[in-house]
Amino acid sequence: MSPSPQTAVKPQQIPMTPTTTPDTGRAMKTAQPKMRAANINFYYGKFRALHDVSLEFATNRVTALIGPSGCGKSTFLRNLNRINETLRDTRIEGEITLDGENILTKDVTEIRRRIGMVFQRPNPFPKSIFENIVYGPKINGMLKKSTAAEIVEKSLKRAALWDEVKDKLHDSAYALSGGQQQRLCIARALAVDPEVLLLDEPCSALDPIATAKIEDLLVGIKSQCTIVIVTHNMQQAARVADTTGFFLLGRLIEHDKTDVIFKNPSKKETEDYITGRFG
Amino acid sequence: MATSSAAIGTGAPHVARRRAGGDEVAYLVVLVFAASIIVVTAAIVWQLWVHSSPAREKFGFSFLSSKLWNPVTDQFGAWPFIYGTVLTSFLALLISVPLGVGAAIYLSELAEAKLSNTLTFLVELLAAVPSVIYGLLAIFTLIPLMRDYVDPALQNALGFLPIFSGHIYGLGYLTAGVILAIMTFPFIISVSREALLAVPREQREAALALGATKWESTFDAVLPFARLGILGSVFLALARALGETMAVTMVIGNDPGVHASLFAPGYSIAAVIANEFTEATGSTYLSALVELGLVLFALTIVINGLAQLMIILTTRKGSAKGG
Amino acid sequence: MTVRDKRRKTVNFVMLSLCALCALITVSTLFVILGFLVYNGVTSLSFDFFTKLPKPPGQTGGGMGNAIVGSAQIVLVATVIGLPIGFFTGIYLAEYGGKTMAFLVRYVADLLNGIPSIVIGIFAWTVIVVPQHHFSALAGSLALSLMLIPITARSTEQFLLEVPRSMREGSLALGANKWRTIARVIVPAARKGIMTGMILGVARISGETAPLLFTSLNNQYWSTGISEPTSSLPVMIFYRAVSPYDDFHQQAWAAGLVLLALVLLANILARMVISRGASLPR
Repeated sequence: MSPSPQTAVKPQQIPMTPTTTPDTGRAMKTAQPKMRAANINFYYGKFRALHDVSLEFATNRVTALIGPSGCGKSTFLRNLNRINETLRDTRIEGEITLDGENILTKDVTEIRRRIGMVFQRPNPFPKSIFENIVYGPKINGMLKKSTAAEIVEKSLKRAALWDEVKDKLHDSAYALSGGQQQRLCIARALAVDPEVLLLDEPCSALDPIATAKIEDLLVGIKSQCTIVIVTHNMQQAARVADTTGFFLLGRLIEHDKTDVIFKNPSKKETEDYITGRFG
Repeated sequence: MATSSAAIGTGAPHVARRRAGGDEVAYLVVLVFAASIIVVTAAIVWQLWVHSSPAREKFGFSFLSSKLWNPVTDQFGAWPFIYGTVLTSFLALLISVPLGVGAAIYLSELAEAKLSNTLTFLVELLAAVPSVIYGLLAIFTLIPLMRDYVDPALQNALGFLPIFSGHIYGLGYLTAGVILAIMTFPFIISVSREALLAVPREQREAALALGATKWESTFDAVLPFARLGILGSVFLALARALGETMAVTMVIGNDPGVHASLFAPGYSIAAVIANEFTEATGSTYLSALVELGLVLFALTIVINGLAQLMIILTTRKGSAKGG
Repeated sequence: MTVRDKRRKTVNFVMLSLCALCALITVSTLFVILGFLVYNGVTSLSFDFFTKLPKPPGQTGGGMGNAIVGSAQIVLVATVIGLPIGFFTGIYLAEYGGKTMAFLVRYVADLLNGIPSIVIGIFAWTVIVVPQHHFSALAGSLALSLMLIPITARSTEQFLLEVPRSMREGSLALGANKWRTIARVIVPAARKGIMTGMILGVARISGETAPLLFTSLNNQYWSTGISEPTSSLPVMIFYRAVSPYDDFHQQAWAAGLVLLALVLLANILARMVISRGASLPR
């Protein structure tokens, strides 16, 4: 992979990242990664939760982060949209870049519009389905260009929920089932057209059928979006991810194509985890 | 209940029977005390009803709408007092709800835990300050403040409105509303803060993750989620304001009339009872005052009932939403 | 950053600052109150204040000894009546009670709690003053006890319920019967909370004025018994404050300072004792 600029880059210097490049291995190697984390150390108070983690996320690919409980994969993910900053007494060292610009120094609300997040348990607002989805575009001033109804329909279709709720858009979001609520949360996150979508174990509270629907829709949207998904479920990683990173005790042990990680990992710890010797 | 088979070492049946008897006596004692509360409360309602009967029979329902309060001619109407009570309570909420919810937001969303707990503790101490002390302060510090600064400023700016017209005395509806507002701060702040703290972290994070600012996430995601609890706090505060006697009595001006201007002196139900009960002569006069007490009683029951309802609804909705 | 985003940032800053301002205003009222009371009242505090009878306006040297003693009297009797009833009702609610009865008792206790204190005063007047044809400290004590009962009941119930189930079961499993379990195990376990609940309740009723206005009324002299009208600190403060005389106003400030100091001290003490445990009832 070609090295990307280490320091903050002036906007006009960022190379245009092709979003519709055909999927050839060579194109992947020479294009700049969408996001890059370099030497991330993260502290909860005095406790060092992440040790020198460096990782790249290729554009329009799905990267899975796996590892046993408490290994830091969720902590790492939550740093990518700086949502960890809402917790008290936390500190981050290192650099995280989006299209070459360090997100840690930019305005956080703009970053969070470009990097969306779906949480472990569905967390729709106590509003209607319609209002949930419209919220993001409304506060970000995106409603001028298209009408609210268009945005809602488009987002729900991308989240594979449109058919199920198109007749009850103004019902409360809480009237939906767990799986539907989670897809609503995905639609809500997609409504602001993020360039990156982070998902923190999105299916852990759902049944297998709902899980399958979400996995399908992720594969469907990756051509418009770079996806990072934290998962406890190795089969899920194998099903949806192009590349997978294995975390253990706050360190990134290995990151490679999913096939390689699962069939031919280079580190022993990875192999132990994959084969079920622990975690 | 003791079972004789569990009485290790002292398996004698007569001991077991004595123990069981002791339990029955204890149960009866406790039951009697508990039941006495019901009896007493029923007695309160009964006595209020009975002792207001001369007035009730004489005036009927028109008591509630009549504006006339004239002890000399034995004409009594409750309307000026109902008006004053409701108006001052409404003014109080108008002031204390925004201030209180704002403070609650600061305490739950912005201040860090230790500071928040200390400040909340101080605010809750305000609830322990006796009403007569609020009144004392109101007479000597609030009234001059209102008379010399606040009321004239309001009249200069908005004097064309009837509510801000008229002579300024310093006492009156508005001043009573202000002191009531201060007295209701702790209820609004304490309960609203708890309602806000109970909102799950994921709601805030959902809004923030969409690019909301902290204020937007608080206003759009957290406040709506906590709205029932906050509403409950408002009803609690309202119930307190309606029944509040001493502080209002000391600043409202004791005028049994109905006035549009907020600067005018007025009266509240509790204030007129406090001032005139010992002076009342004649059974009609006294029973009219008792009937006013009955009206106040009914008002506060309704409001308290609504507050309880809110609280029940909040807890039930909270557990339903968790799923 | 776009103009729109700049505006959002400004709104964010302004609104959050306003909230902080609200917190500042509301918290500072406590200190404002204390400040005024100290500033105006402390100069009038003297030994005479606590021991002498009030003098007519214009004469120096008077005090509020009778009001202090009178308050103590009235509150003491109210406590004797109200605490046991409240305490046992609390036990009933926590340990006994079928569903409907307990629900009814709890509902009625909350109802009683919500009745304005002046209405309670009317009730005490109808029950004691009217038949006896005179005002008395007893009537005042009855009114105050009626306010103390629901406060004590709810707080006792709350703290009893916090005692872990395992303690109850442990005692019963050893062969103790129910009342012994309650008396020897549960109540002692909850005693810290129960006691502070009681202290807070008593502090609350000692500051009440309205229910005393036409029950125990007032008295310029030492009262000689519970069937006499008796002066009390809150009532004295009220009458002094609304009077037209400056030296009466001075006395009102001093008395207010004394009353507030007592009430706040009780509250702070109670909360410090409790802070290691659970939170207080509302």
